[in-house]
Amino acid sequence: MFDFRRIFGLDSGSKKTAKERLRLVLIHDRTTISQETLEDMKRDLIAVISKYIDIDVSDLEFRMEAQDEKVALVANIPIAENKEVIKGA
Amino acid sequence: MSGKAVVITSGKGGVGKTTTTANLGVALALEGKSVVLLDADIGLRNLDVVLGLENRIVYDIVNVIDGMVDFRKALIKDKRVEGLYLLPAAQTRDKDAVSPEQMRKLIEDIKAEFDYVLIDCPAGIEQGFLNAIVGADEAVVVVTPEVSSVRDADRVVGLLDKKGEIPMENISMLVNRIRMDMVRKKEMLDVSDIEELLRIKVLGVIPDDESVIVSTNKGEPVVLNGKNHLAQAYRDAAGRILGREIPFEEKHQGFVGTVLRFFGLAE
Repeated sequence: MFDFRRIFGLDSGSKKTAKERLRLVLIHDRTTISQETLEDMKRDLIAVISKYIDIDVSDLEFRMEAQDEKVALVANIPIAENKEVIKGA
Repeated sequence: MSGKAVVITSGKGGVGKTTTTANLGVALALEGKSVVLLDADIGLRNLDVVLGLENRIVYDIVNVIDGMVDFRKALIKDKRVEGLYLLPAAQTRDKDAVSPEQMRKLIEDIKAEFDYVLIDCPAGIEQGFLNAIVGADEAVVVVTPEVSSVRDADRVVGLLDKKGEIPMENISMLVNRIRMDMVRKKEMLDVSDIEELLRIKVLGVIPDDESVIVSTNKGEPVVLNGKNHLAQAYRDAAGRILGREIPFEEKHQGFVGTVLRFFGLAE
C-alpha cells in the first residue's frame, strides 16, 4: 500500500511509539521463562555436550536475549583448553 | 438449567472491571436473563457501591462458603431490574478465606439456577485472581488503550489459558475509555492496534465518558437509565455475550471508505 500517512505526517503521533514498544515487550513477556527453568536447562545442556567434548563450565554463558523482534536463547560454551577435547573422535 | 460463568478481569487495577461487571450484568438482565453478579474481590469489595446496593448487605460470599447460609439467602435482589442479583464479597476477611475448590463449587451451584454468573475479579494475578477464574467458562479482559494495561492484559490472557483452562476462543476483550479525538490524532492506540497486539476478539468498545463517574457517584449503572452512546456500547457488548452478531460502528463506509483505505487514510 502506498504510504500517504507518512507523507502527510499523519503517522507521527505517540501511538506509533506505544505500539512498537508494546510489540517488543509482549514478544519478550510471552517467551520469558523462570530462572529456575533456565538453570535446569543449562544443567541438562552441559550434561549432553560434556558427553562429546570437554567444556569450560566456569566461563559458560547462558541467557535469554531480546534481539529486534525475536527473543533468542544465547549460549556461549567455551571448550576446555589443553585437552584432547573431541571425545570418541 | 446450566448457565454460563463469565469472569471480568484485567491484571491491572483501575481499568474499569467493576463498572464493566455492573453494566454488563444490568444489560443482560434487561434482556430477560437471570444474572448473579459475584464480587470476588474479597477484602476490597466495591461492586455493591457501584450498583448502589451497599445498604442492603446482610450476608457475603465467605458466609456462604463457610456454610453459614445458603447462597440463595445471601443474594441481594436488585429492585430496579428483574432478574439481577448481587453476591457481595466479604470486606473484613482476606483472600485466603476462600479456596479455588470452594469457589468452583459455589459457581457450579449458582449456574444450576441462573443464566449468567458474572465474576468481578480482583486486580493482580495472585490467589484472588486464581479463585476468580477457576469456575469461569468465559473471560472478558478489560483493557484501556495504554501500554501498561495492554501489557498486563496480555499476561492475563496467557494465565487464563494456562491456569484457568479457559480456551483462547472463550476469551475476549472489552476496550474501555477510548478517546476517539486522541485516536484520530494518532496519540492513542486504536481498537485495531490492541486487537493486533493481543490477538483476541473484541467484545465491546466503551468510549471515555464522564457520565460513568456521575453514575458511580449515584450508584446507578449507566445502562439502567441511559439512552446515550455509552449505554448502547454496553448493551452491544452484552448482546455479543448472548452470541449475537452486532456490527461495530463503521467510521467510513462505501466508496469513500475504499478510497481512504487504499491511501492508508482510514482503517
